Amino acid sequence: MGSHVWRPLYIAVALIALVLVARTFLVPKDFGVHERGYMYGMHRKGNEAEWKAVTVKYRTAAYCKECHADKVESLGRTPHGIISCENCHGPALNHPDDPPTLAIDRSRALCLRCHALLTTPTSGRADIAGINPDTHNPEAECTLCHDPHNPVIRSPRDEQARLSQK
Amino acid sequence: MNRRDFLKNSITVIAGLAVPLSALELINPRKLLAKKEGESAVRWAFLVDTQACVGCGFCVKACKTENEIPHETNITRTWVERYVITKKGKTYIDSPRGARDGFTSDRIDLNEEGHLEITGDDIEKAFFVPKLCNQCDNPACAQVCPVGATYQTSDGVVLVDRKHCIGCGYCIMACPYAVRSFHPVHKTAEKCTFCYHRITKGMKTACVDACPFGARRIGNLRDPDDPVTKTIMSGRIGVLKEEYGTKPQVYYLALSREVK
Repeated sequence: MGSHVWRPLYIAVALIALVLVARTFLVPKDFGVHERGYMYGMHRKGNEAEWKAVTVKYRTAAYCKECHADKVESLGRTPHGIISCENCHGPALNHPDDPPTLAIDRSRALCLRCHALLTTPTSGRADIAGINPDTHNPEAECTLCHDPHNPVIRSPRDEQARLSQK
Repeated sequence: MNRRDFLKNSITVIAGLAVPLSALELINPRKLLAKKEGESAVRWAFLVDTQACVGCGFCVKACKTENEIPHETNITRTWVERYVITKKGKTYIDSPRGARDGFTSDRIDLNEEGHLEITGDDIEKAFFVPKLCNQCDNPACAQVCPVGATYQTSDGVVLVDRKHCIGCGYCIMACPYAVRSFHPVHKTAEKCTFCYHRITKGMKTACVDACPFGARRIGNLRDPDDPVTKTIMSGRIGVLKEEYGTKPQVYYLALSREVK
């Protein structure tokens, strides 16, 4: 074979070698086929640790309880005890160090998430006391009359009557 | 053809048919439960109770904050759909802003067609369905990734490597559940991670912790004493788009046939 065949062949071989050499430097050491096999498990193993390192923002009521045990306990005796503290008080992060105070959401929109009256007969929504936001004191903040930490304003006897109707 | 040849050919044809039939076997959580040699002791699964959901959207809000998804974009890793089925059999589905601010009005959002209000007497059923990544056992999204950026961990969670993702969007198209989106800041594929940073620390996901009604629960399929696993093993559960063969690991209680 003449040199007109060998010359491009050398270039091709050199290019392949270059790609292979570059690859050893560029591809991370932990990149490869892992537990879930070639089809689903080809990845950089170190990325799993990166996802585990994301900051936890919502610390749950158990964290709030470390300092505010009285509040967590008293709220637990009301119907609102099922709601996580951080749903209204905002994510705790590293409170009280950072942030020192939490921005509490006292807005009407927050209460309406559950208490706007909807026609949803086949969901749990139907069991929640609801109001029409357009007619039920539209300009007032809910917290003006209702205490979110103790939402039941009925007398115990009324409550008994309501439960027996169900 | 004599009788011997006829019987021989029949057996061959039946044997040939039997192979694809076994390949078509539908999802069986018990199979996932059995821990094989060298496998992880954990396989995360999610349980959604559509009867308990009230459409408050606290889960969506918590998810966006926890996972640093810009609050004002329509991108969200989880969302809640409202289904309204009329007595005439028509189904309306809406999820304004993914229910980030909850459902506060009977007006159904029909996108460019405006709003529709259906009065109480015309409604046959109306309920809410929370949606999130199904962390499929056969994740189509991970299969199609051309650069090895999206993958499944040994405990069954599908993640995206933001350093390797080239943003081609192939996985977004491949997901039959439309749970993937494009992150407006990182410019990479974005999806629910089952709050991988929380579940690997022994916590629950942000959406599970935010739900006041226990409509969302997460558990370990390989722990037979896990209450979520026990419910799933009872078999009275449904999954979304079972026919796609993706083997989704988000199980639904009280799933209505209208839910897609």
